[in-house]
Amino acid sequence: MSTMQTIVSFCYLIAAVGFVLGLHLMNSPASARRGNQLSAAGMVLAVGATLAQVIDDRVITTTGWIVLGAGALLGGLIGLRAAVLVKMTAVPQLVSLFNAVGGGAAALIALADFVRLTANAGAPITPRTMVATVLDVLIGALTFSGSLIAAGKLQGWITGNPVVFPGSRYFNVALAAVALGGGGYLISGSNSAAVLIVVLVAALALGVFMVLPIGGADMPVVISLLNALTGTAVAMAGFVIDNTALIIAGALVGASGGILTKLMADAMNRSIANIIVGGFGTGDAAVTSTTAVGGDVRQLTAEDVAIQLVYATKVIIVPGYGLAAAQAQHEVRDLSKLLEDRGVEVSFAIHPVAGRMPGHMNVLLAEADVPYTELKEMSEINPEFVQTDVALVIGANDVINPAARRPGNAVSGMPILDVDQAKNIIVIKRSMGHGYAGIDNELYVNPKTGMFFADAKVGLSAIIASAKALVATG
Amino acid sequence: MSADLIADISIFVLSVLVGFEVISKVPATLHTPLMSAANSIHGIVFVGVMITAAAAHSTLGYVLAFVAAAFGAMNVVGGYRVTDRMLKMFRKRPATVDAEHVA
Repeated sequence: MSTMQTIVSFCYLIAAVGFVLGLHLMNSPASARRGNQLSAAGMVLAVGATLAQVIDDRVITTTGWIVLGAGALLGGLIGLRAAVLVKMTAVPQLVSLFNAVGGGAAALIALADFVRLTANAGAPITPRTMVATVLDVLIGALTFSGSLIAAGKLQGWITGNPVVFPGSRYFNVALAAVALGGGGYLISGSNSAAVLIVVLVAALALGVFMVLPIGGADMPVVISLLNALTGTAVAMAGFVIDNTALIIAGALVGASGGILTKLMADAMNRSIANIIVGGFGTGDAAVTSTTAVGGDVRQLTAEDVAIQLVYATKVIIVPGYGLAAAQAQHEVRDLSKLLEDRGVEVSFAIHPVAGRMPGHMNVLLAEADVPYTELKEMSEINPEFVQTDVALVIGANDVINPAARRPGNAVSGMPILDVDQAKNIIVIKRSMGHGYAGIDNELYVNPKTGMFFADAKVGLSAIIASAKALVATG
Repeated sequence: MSADLIADISIFVLSVLVGFEVISKVPATLHTPLMSAANSIHGIVFVGVMITAAAAHSTLGYVLAFVAAAFGAMNVVGGYRVTDRMLKMFRKRPATVDAEHVA
C-alpha cells in the first residue's frame, strides 16, 4: 500500500465514523441537525481524499477530468436548486428522486467498470467482480426506475391508484426470471455485453412494473424499501471497485432503509411481501367488513366545532393523510396557536404512517412552526386521550378505526390512536368515504363523534374564523 | 475466496448491524429527515464515480462516467442540503414572532 492509499483509507474510516455518529445524533431533534452536518463533513473528507488520490494516480485523462467536472457541476447545481426550492409537502418525491439517481449512479459504476474490463480482451473478469457487477446492475437499475415511478406517483404525474393489467404478476415473475437468469449466465463465466444489457433492461422494467401496482397510501413503505435497495446497490458498487467507503456507507443505508420499511409495514399492519405483490385496492385482497355500521352520523358546522374547541381544556389534534394532501399544515398550526393563547392545552398525535413518507407529518408541522415538543408519538399520546375533552381528527381514517382491536377485518391488529377514548370527537373529512383499507369506520357513528364535512384547508379556515369571532365576542 | 474479499464481506455485515443498531433508536418524529440523511449518505456513490471516471478511456466509458457524475453529485449535494433544511425547522419553541403577538 502506498502512502497515498494509506492516507485515503484512513480518511474513509474517519468519514465512516462521521456517518455513524451523524446517524446516532439523529436520536433527538435537538442534535439531529448537527448529526447531518457531521455526516456531510465526513462526505467532504471522503470526496476530498478520493480527489487527492485521483490526482496522485495520474491515470485520469483530460477528457476524464472534463466529464467528471461537468457532470458533477450539472448534477450538483440541479440537486442544490431542487433542495432549496422544494416545498415540504413535495419532499417525499424529491427524496425518491435523489434515491433514483443514487441507484442509477451505482448501476452506472458497474456498467462502466464492465466496459473497461471487457475492453482489455483476454483479461477475464473475476467471479467476485462479476457477482458484484450483476447484483449492482440488478438492484441499482431496479431502484432507479422504481424510484422514478414512485416520485411520479407522489408528484401526481402518474396516477396514485394501483395500475394493474391482466397477468401483470406473471409478467413481473417473468422479468425477474430473465434478470436472474441472465445474471446467473454472466456469473457462470460469460463476458457477454448483450446479456448484461438484457439484465439491465429487465431490471429497469421490473422496477417500473413493481411500483406501478402499488397504491398511494403504501408509499411510505415503498420509499423506505427503495431507499434500502439503493444503499445495497451502492454497497455492491463498493464490491465492484473494491472501495470500503462505498461498502460501509451503502450497508448503513441499506440497514436503515430496511428498519424503516419494517416499521412502516408494521404500522400499516401489512407484510412487506403483501405490499409488493399488491393488496388492497387491487381487487385481489379479501376486503371484508365485519362491522355493519349502523346508527346516525351527527353533522357539525364550523361554529359547532369552534365552540367545542374554544371551551375545551385539553385538545388533541390527529392529523392524517388528508391534511397533508390539502396542504393545511399552516391552518392547523394557526388553530392550535389560537387555542393555546386561550389557555387550551394542545398536542398533536402523530401516527407513524401519517403523511406520504415515514414521519412526513412531523416535517410538515415543524415547517408550520409547531414546536416538536407538541408532536407526540402514538405510544406517548394514547394514554392521554382519556383525559382529553376534544380529539380533533383531520383527514385520518384507518389509523383511528376501533375495528383494528377486533380480529377478522382489513385493519385488525393495526396499531391505532385511541381517539375513541376522548370525551368528544370531531372528525374533519371530505365525505363518509372509506379509508385505504376500504372498510367502514364505526368511530363516525359513535355518539361522542361529530362530523364536519369539508376539505381540511377550507374547513380549518372556517373553524378559525368562527373561533376568532367567538373569542372576540365572548 | 481471497482474504480481501472476506474482509470486505465482514465490513459489509458489521456495517449492516451498526446501521440497525443506530437507526432503531431514532424517534418517529425524525423518520423523514432520517431517510433523507440516509439518502445523502449513499451519495458516497460519488466517490465511486470519481474512481470510475479516472479509469475511463473509451467514449462509452466517458458517457457513462458523465451521467454517473451528474447523478451522484445530484444525490449528494441535494440530499445533504434538503436534510439540513428540514432539520433546521425542528424547534423547541416557535422562533418566528407573529403579527398577532406584536399587536
